[in-house]
Amino acid sequence: MKNESRKQWLSYLATADENYLISLWDNLNMKIEYNWLREPEIGSVMVQGKVGATGDNFNVGEITITRCSLNLDKKIQGHGYVQGRNKYKSKIAALCDALMQTEKKEIIKRNIIDKLIKYKNNKRNEILSKTEATKVDFFTLVRGEDK
Amino acid sequence: MYVSVKGGEKAINNAHSWLSEIRRGDVNIAELNIKQISEQLTLSVDRVMSEGSLYDKDLSALAIKQSRGDLIEAIFLMRAYRTTLPRIGSSKPIETSKMLCLRRISATFKDIPGKQKLGPTFDYTHRLLDFKLLADGEYEKAKIEKYDDKEIPHVLSFLNKEGLIQKEIPSGRTSKDITRNPINFPLTRSERLQSLSRGDEGFLLGLAYSTQRGYARNHAFVGELRTGYVEVQFEIPELGIEINIADVMFTECESVNQFKGSKKIPAQFTRGYGLVFGQLERKAISMALVDRSMRWREFGEEYLGVAAQDEEFVISHCDNIQATGFLEHIKLPHYVDFQAELDLVRKIREEYKKNEQRT
Repeated sequence: MKNESRKQWLSYLATADENYLISLWDNLNMKIEYNWLREPEIGSVMVQGKVGATGDNFNVGEITITRCSLNLDKKIQGHGYVQGRNKYKSKIAALCDALMQTEKKEIIKRNIIDKLIKYKNNKRNEILSKTEATKVDFFTLVRGEDK
Repeated sequence: MYVSVKGGEKAINNAHSWLSEIRRGDVNIAELNIKQISEQLTLSVDRVMSEGSLYDKDLSALAIKQSRGDLIEAIFLMRAYRTTLPRIGSSKPIETSKMLCLRRISATFKDIPGKQKLGPTFDYTHRLLDFKLLADGEYEKAKIEKYDDKEIPHVLSFLNKEGLIQKEIPSGRTSKDITRNPINFPLTRSERLQSLSRGDEGFLLGLAYSTQRGYARNHAFVGELRTGYVEVQFEIPELGIEINIADVMFTECESVNQFKGSKKIPAQFTRGYGLVFGQLERKAISMALVDRSMRWREFGEEYLGVAAQDEEFVISHCDNIQATGFLEHIKLPHYVDFQAELDLVRKIREEYKKNEQRT
């Protein structure tokens, strides 16, 4: 397993719309046995900005995060670090992370990860196309007095 | 010294019951739900997240509902909740140049790579009450157009290339988190910006306006203003993998200020910086102006003794929760303190009378 692909699925799980992710998971109707390594807990992450966008770091403010970790068997662990305070979302993320390391990988990829990617791309396209429609070309007018 | 009082439980409980009832308002009118607030009062929600210093829309909407729309009370609730959260860690610094912009404008350059995009703005509206909103449900749909999905570079990076503007280069200095360490003046610029970003919008607006009116001689242009979503990257401690843990909306303002140069620095433009959660451009612009006016020492400018230059004044008073906590506490019972004052005034008056009789 490459870190790059794990980074990708963890990112889409973390930022997924919670209701959408929950409905995708519930529709799969999978019964998975697991043990908690860390039960879901709500916490915060301090977001850093950069002074003037390129200078020193500074603390902008915190975001809410929920995290949990679980074991599928003794070997495979899943981690669910997600934005927001939904413990079920965090658990689903951890289960998906774990299952992506098993032979169930294709099911999870096709039914969850790929759909999350599509969902996010659609959102992005929607914003970009609406923003584009507000593109403006200002022009300055020469006033009469210099004639 | 504050001496506490006891008793009053029944009155307090009854007062809170009435608060609960009056918060609900007329029961013949549908109750507001949290999603309605977070979807339709978005800018209130953004302000509470920004000054509450916690990005969570549902919590912010809940705080607004609970506080009957009193935003400072709502910010207080957010701050109180924030203190209960275990801190899991700190993100990597965000890259605002990679922002998914809803809005991006420059008041200094007309033609900029990536173009000016107005986004959903109140600018250029006529500020006339729209009575159509009294009726139900009608709204215009946003228009769409084909686009290039290219990164939108910062406007000021073009001035950078010519050396016409002061550059923002990391100094390598570490700054303290002002929510975890006592504030010791003088502060680093990073510490000041943290404080301003969670500061009161009204206070910062007033100070920024004072610099425009001449208190600090600080004429600013908006070099760039952008609002949009930024990916927050965070390293998962168990894995050592950095992931996009959250998508957060920010507004960023870079102001450009003229600077005639000093013994240390030739004439060039200088910058002020504002970065806040949500779509809060009035606050982002205010923050940039106040940031710039507090940088007088760095540029060897004259200290004119005005409020916006005085970091101790600005930072000590920009936090509305600190301010309202101290202000509002004086309405709580101070009977013993006041009794002591009363005794003192009576005693002084008696002595005055005695002296008068003697003469």
